[in-house]
Amino acid sequence: MTPLTFTLTVFAISVGAGVLGSLLGLGGGIIVVPALTLLLHVDIRFAIGASIVSVIATSSGAAAAYVREGMTNLRVAMFLELGTTAGALSGAYLAGVVPVRTLYLVFGVVMGYSALAMFRKRHTELAAVVPADGLADRLRLHSSYTDDALGRDVEYRVAGSKVGLALMYVAGVVSGLLGIGSGALKVPAMDLAMRLPIKVSTATSNFMIGVTAAASAGVYFARGHVDPFVAGPVAMGVLVGALGGSRLLGRLHSSVIRKVFVIVLLWVSLEMLLKGLR
Amino acid sequence: MTPDETKVDQDLGEERVRRVELAISNLLRIGVGTSLLIVLVGTVVTFVHHPHYLSSRRDLVRLTTPGAEFPHSVPSVIRGVEHSQGRALVMTGLLLLIATPVLRVAVSVLAFVYQRDRTFVVITSVVLTLLLASFVLGKAGG
Repeated sequence: MTPLTFTLTVFAISVGAGVLGSLLGLGGGIIVVPALTLLLHVDIRFAIGASIVSVIATSSGAAAAYVREGMTNLRVAMFLELGTTAGALSGAYLAGVVPVRTLYLVFGVVMGYSALAMFRKRHTELAAVVPADGLADRLRLHSSYTDDALGRDVEYRVAGSKVGLALMYVAGVVSGLLGIGSGALKVPAMDLAMRLPIKVSTATSNFMIGVTAAASAGVYFARGHVDPFVAGPVAMGVLVGALGGSRLLGRLHSSVIRKVFVIVLLWVSLEMLLKGLR
Repeated sequence: MTPDETKVDQDLGEERVRRVELAISNLLRIGVGTSLLIVLVGTVVTFVHHPHYLSSRRDLVRLTTPGAEFPHSVPSVIRGVEHSQGRALVMTGLLLLIATPVLRVAVSVLAFVYQRDRTFVVITSVVLTLLLASFVLGKAGG
């Protein structure tokens, strides 16, 4: 493989990662890292540096469209970012204190369980009745979005905002420590604890992951793990993919997004369990 | 306040919320579009400067394994751009991409000031502070 074919291959794979990431609220690291290391034999540190860039690219690329369409719940996102940024900051301090292998095992199980819980809701297009939440009322988190697949506006109410905030803190700690799993934890938290419609969950997660990743991107950059030759085509591909993918979300049925998300979540959970056992 | 005035007030509020959404969306669009363009130009420049990259297999290993040479501090990126190095241009685009979410949070603080939503001004300010703190602390630690 020559540098030119390498650039083109990485670009093509990243377009796919961008489409999937923008639809599911993930960063695309689950595709970028294995593709770069296993398929293209790139050093793992450069692969992780590129995947951080990929998270930011997916987030900003897709959010530009989701915010405009009102798919992202800005107030929920900003409120929950309190948890993720505080968590990411604590994660940096906990590095070396918490045994990483145990963390992989714990979160492998947590994600496997979330996948199951989300799978059980697979036939529901939208949540029916949502329990009352005083904090969500006070912060005016309830909102609506236009669902093109259903052909109407959907009003929704937010529940469990305190639990959601706590879960985001945990998600922040985990992504600060392990460098992954930030979207894979955020979407189930919003779906299961806060009862947000799945499209709003993935769009809002998409919006948030960029901020979490930007916090650690500076460190990777300074350490020299962001190789322009690897991260450049990743950034271009993911941006193109995310811009395209964000046009799809409105038109897809919630149940389809939920099913694809469950499969990806199971995959991430399995990967984490294997890392913990090895 | 009559019900009519309350209604006008609400409409004004919704109008402001919509404007904020558009402002944030535009900021993201501009940030993403500009960095995409710079990375693309940088990549093209790299291949123009090193035509052997189109055919040589050995170069790839050198470019993607530890020890690969590329700028990874802001001053060295600036120096590289001055010498119109393709790799430094790519890095400039990537740095702009990394800065976009941080700018987005900063703009959100202003947006909630504009919406006169004190609670959310505090929330977003705390997020911005935590984010900047992680940059400073990250640099010190890494």
